[in-house]
Amino acid sequence: MALLLEKRPNPSRAMVYLTPVVAVVLTMVVGAVIFSFMGFNGIVAVNEIFFTPLLNPLKWQDLAVKSAPLIIIAVGLSIGYRANVWNIGAEGQYIVGGLSATAVALATADMTGWWILPLMGLAGMAGGMAWAFVPAILRVRLNVNEILTSLMLAYVAVELLNYLVFGPWKSPTSFGQPQTIAFSADQSLPYIIPGTIVQLGAPIALLVALIAWLLMSRSIFGFEVRTVGSAPQAARHAGFSTGRTILFALLIGGGLAGLAGMLEVAGPFGRMVPQFPTGYGFTAIIVAFLGRLHPIGIVFAGLVLAITFVGGEVAQTTIQLPNAAVGIFQAMMLFFLLAGDVLTRYRIRFTRTSSSAGGT
Amino acid sequence: MDLTIAMIITMVGASTPILFAATGELVVEKSGVLNLGIEGMMLCGAVIGFAVTFTTGNPWLGVLAAAAAGAASSMIFAVLTLSLSANQVATGLALTIFGLGFSTLFGQPYTGRPIGLFKSVFPPELATDPILRVIFGYSPLVYFSMIMVGVVWWFLYRTRAGLILRAVGESDTSAHSIGYSVTGVRYGAVAFGGAMAGIAGACFPLILTPQWVEGLTGGRGWIALALVVFASWRPFRLLAGAYLFGLIATMELYAKAAGGPFRILPSELWASLPYLATILVLVMISLRREGSTSAPACLGKPFLPTK
Repeated sequence: MALLLEKRPNPSRAMVYLTPVVAVVLTMVVGAVIFSFMGFNGIVAVNEIFFTPLLNPLKWQDLAVKSAPLIIIAVGLSIGYRANVWNIGAEGQYIVGGLSATAVALATADMTGWWILPLMGLAGMAGGMAWAFVPAILRVRLNVNEILTSLMLAYVAVELLNYLVFGPWKSPTSFGQPQTIAFSADQSLPYIIPGTIVQLGAPIALLVALIAWLLMSRSIFGFEVRTVGSAPQAARHAGFSTGRTILFALLIGGGLAGLAGMLEVAGPFGRMVPQFPTGYGFTAIIVAFLGRLHPIGIVFAGLVLAITFVGGEVAQTTIQLPNAAVGIFQAMMLFFLLAGDVLTRYRIRFTRTSSSAGGT
Repeated sequence: MDLTIAMIITMVGASTPILFAATGELVVEKSGVLNLGIEGMMLCGAVIGFAVTFTTGNPWLGVLAAAAAGAASSMIFAVLTLSLSANQVATGLALTIFGLGFSTLFGQPYTGRPIGLFKSVFPPELATDPILRVIFGYSPLVYFSMIMVGVVWWFLYRTRAGLILRAVGESDTSAHSIGYSVTGVRYGAVAFGGAMAGIAGACFPLILTPQWVEGLTGGRGWIALALVVFASWRPFRLLAGAYLFGLIATMELYAKAAGGPFRILPSELWASLPYLATILVLVMISLRREGSTSAPACLGKPFLPTK
């Protein structure tokens, strides 16, 4: 073959920053072509999905609302991915976090006080951590693959949610609707910008990213995570406890997904409903990769993915583009990113086809 | 007696997609590649299989199209991981997200439009006999899934090509230095795994529920992945594992529909059982294995030809 990959001694820094941009641009171009073939106006589709939310100031508040949970979950996931542990069940941890916060809300239904909301936040984090603890401890103690266990528990979490809202938690005044009672003012996130739908979730997302950045770049834990992920041998020689690092990485991921669940149920939802699992936990995987597993990169990546969500809704109403199209755009973005990544780690060399045996 | 036979038939039906997908993935993993995108390839196969069956009325064509769709979607994975040495875990996940979006988009026009089930091709005296239907009453896909397990065993352990495939999975560098094309072999394995996953997806509308339901695979692709681990990468053990999961899924169906003795537990708990059982099985395997592993040595590692 004429194409040969040659490993770079060090990953190219320029490519690290350039690849996500190229991936997004390629997604727009290829997406426009594909959707044109499918009988839509591809250029309008791309314009509505990627540019309308950015250019229309009325949509900015939607971006803040949609990106917050994506950023929070993705920051948590990225810490695990750095340590080479693959929690893909954040959706489940997000759900259980929301359920734990709901449990606190239901228990404090008749009470008032500033302490209720923080307690719900703590409960959400604890719930997400508990759900992540199972794959974490199984991985550390028994070397059970965390990819499968974390994902299986996501399906179980959906069933748990259904059981609760169709059963014991169903509101007596909901006329048979499967939903809990509405949260009170003390159980709901305050609006931070008057006259908009932006709640406390957005600044918390930025704070989480900032703390994670400091943790990963300045603390011993951050160093341990990176070493365990990139050079497990060296980590062992250095005396790091690989198990403990993996455990903490997974627990932080679960806790943050749980926090995102709490912020959603106490924010946009305002009560627990069967529609609570919105797939944020899965989309956050794309956000984590697009953000290069770096907290600050993830903030931007979260915005990009939020743009596609908001833009998808726009395109649905203006050109009747089915909402599922957004999923295809998001998957394409990840494909192009992964393909482009090859350029950060390898140089591409073109050689003349040799006749010697063994060439592929 | 009637209930037992009905339950066996449901169990075999529920196991078939998992068996197809796991048989394909076993070959992929034997070649040293870990494709986590089974769920996505299944969904691609399911929607194309449904569309072709709906349009032509011919389920055989539907199955063929599903296999082609699965294989085609697997090629995205193959190009990224084998030619561009992208991370296999991340690429597999991307493939699943893609399959979910693709199938939802293409399935939308078919929502609420039923197709005919892909029924047994044996004479009706056999296929609908109250007793004999336990042998003859299945869709051709069911027999095909069992035959494929045997075919894969024969291929892997009785043919030269199978030996090469296993060698590539156990030691890619040695296989390469003897002159075999590691990347080429893996492309073939991934395509086969994709075709099998595509057929697995088509099983849902063709033999389980004859209509289009969004995300109808419900995580069965991931269970198939666990099944390969459960079977310690041995083809015939897939059968036992698949039917065990089929049994659990059957109990769930009966619990949801009939109630009766199943009523004591909420239906959501029954629905969780396949997933909880998968976790339990994974735990038991790692307890049994105690460090030593039967996984192919090069599983999930990228390979780059040096010259």
